[in-house]
Amino acid sequence: MNGYLRQDGRKGIRNVLLVAYLVECAHHVSREIAVQTRDQDVQLIGFSGCYPNAYAQGLMERLCTHPNVGGVLLVSLGCEGFNRHRLAETIRESGRPVQTLVIQERGGTRKTIQEGTDWIRAARSELENVPRTPFDWSDLIVGTVCGGSDGTSGISANPAVGGAFDLLVERGSTCIFEETGELIGCEAHMAGRAITPQLGQALVDSVHKAARYYTTMGHGSFAPGNADGGLTTQEEKSLGAYAKSGFGPIHGLIRPGETTPAPGLYLMDVVPDGEVRFGFPNINDTSENIEMIASGAHMILFTTGRGSVVGSAISPVIKVCGNPETYRRMQDDMDVNAGAILEGTATLPQVSAQIVDLIEAVAGGAQSASESLGHQEFVLTYKTFEASGPACLPLA
Amino acid sequence: MTVQPEDTRPGGASSATVHAVLLLHPDDNVVVVCRTVTAGETVDMAGVPLLVRSSVGVGHKLARQALHVGDKVRRYGAPIGSMTQSAAAGEHVHLHNLQSDYLHTYTLDSGNAFVEEPTPAGEAHS
Repeated sequence: MNGYLRQDGRKGIRNVLLVAYLVECAHHVSREIAVQTRDQDVQLIGFSGCYPNAYAQGLMERLCTHPNVGGVLLVSLGCEGFNRHRLAETIRESGRPVQTLVIQERGGTRKTIQEGTDWIRAARSELENVPRTPFDWSDLIVGTVCGGSDGTSGISANPAVGGAFDLLVERGSTCIFEETGELIGCEAHMAGRAITPQLGQALVDSVHKAARYYTTMGHGSFAPGNADGGLTTQEEKSLGAYAKSGFGPIHGLIRPGETTPAPGLYLMDVVPDGEVRFGFPNINDTSENIEMIASGAHMILFTTGRGSVVGSAISPVIKVCGNPETYRRMQDDMDVNAGAILEGTATLPQVSAQIVDLIEAVAGGAQSASESLGHQEFVLTYKTFEASGPACLPLA
Repeated sequence: MTVQPEDTRPGGASSATVHAVLLLHPDDNVVVVCRTVTAGETVDMAGVPLLVRSSVGVGHKLARQALHVGDKVRRYGAPIGSMTQSAAAGEHVHLHNLQSDYLHTYTLDSGNAFVEEPTPAGEAHS
């Protein structure tokens, strides 16, 4: 595997240019710049809100300095609350090319698009000089998310990813699983896997927080398609989702955007702290992908039974399909047919090994299915988090 | 790119035997359907015959034995909710007879949404 070396010593597996809008009012201009320069490996991200939010600011800073990112064009309307000065400074300090275009100052839509596309082309040639470096298993951070789950997910795709996680941690990689709202009912078992009793208690507390939050919202992390596919209850879905974490010890609990202090297996707590505000913890699967990427994930293992098609901005998404019928119907969107386990044409360890092989190929530059289809979904919403306490990261 | 599982290891799966149902844990009282099954057929359930009483698709659950109101349903050896209606062995276990012990399950047709129910006429808000 071969990576892109960044100034902070971290290594990326991609070298993308981002166009980032800092309020919805700058979205159209940013999209036009990205569309007109799509041959330059350009991707679009952004934050829609006009009011400032520490979580959104922090995630944008982490995403714009992600190892897979080579440079960033920031597009501001000019009057929004997002702190564009601080974001630009953070990117500049990371050694990446950055430019801020303020639409009100540049003279409107047409002129900003022209300046933006010009800057992108210049930045792309600058990025040709980013040094390449060997990329080892210990450099790798992988996240996992399930979306469009059905009754097969928990017995094929999710345990196959869990097996891949066990193999990756053995090789010194960092693995992150998440969605405490989809672990309701698994907290006691999870605590038994924590490397310290204090971390075990923190894991239990994070799931209880999720249960309280979702109860207040009046809706669990459960979609109508889950029921169509045979899942009946939240706890049934949770047990299946939990299988993605494999069998190894859990080394820590991180909040979105926090970094992992050492290789190993981590749970990400995606449910906001404090009183319930700003709505559902994660409004869709993409918000989970983006939070893992903000914590450094180079790629996402995404399991599905009903058939999700999403990819992501910044980091490639690998699709592991648990339902053999879905796989046959949507083969172009899938990377791995874990449904073969149900049909008896492959074993669980074989599929886990295939996932690890595919990770190696994608880290080496091969495109995943969603990547080759042009999927670059992105979403970022308002949230409130406290910093993790020392019990959450015993290895720090 | 697509990876199709291939069996290359000694001792691996050797034939494409599609099991109709999977018993995931010896303590379970439901089994998971691995291919579409039809009411009236008898399938092999870990060496024991099971008469299928409901036609259901992949990923759905059938009762392994007679289940009664209030029974905890177990999958993966763990409880996944409680029965609200009885079910005979081989019958579909799903939203109509099983509910969560934690949070209500929302579907497009059955309600339980985060949407206020209309107040019946003549009934005052309290």
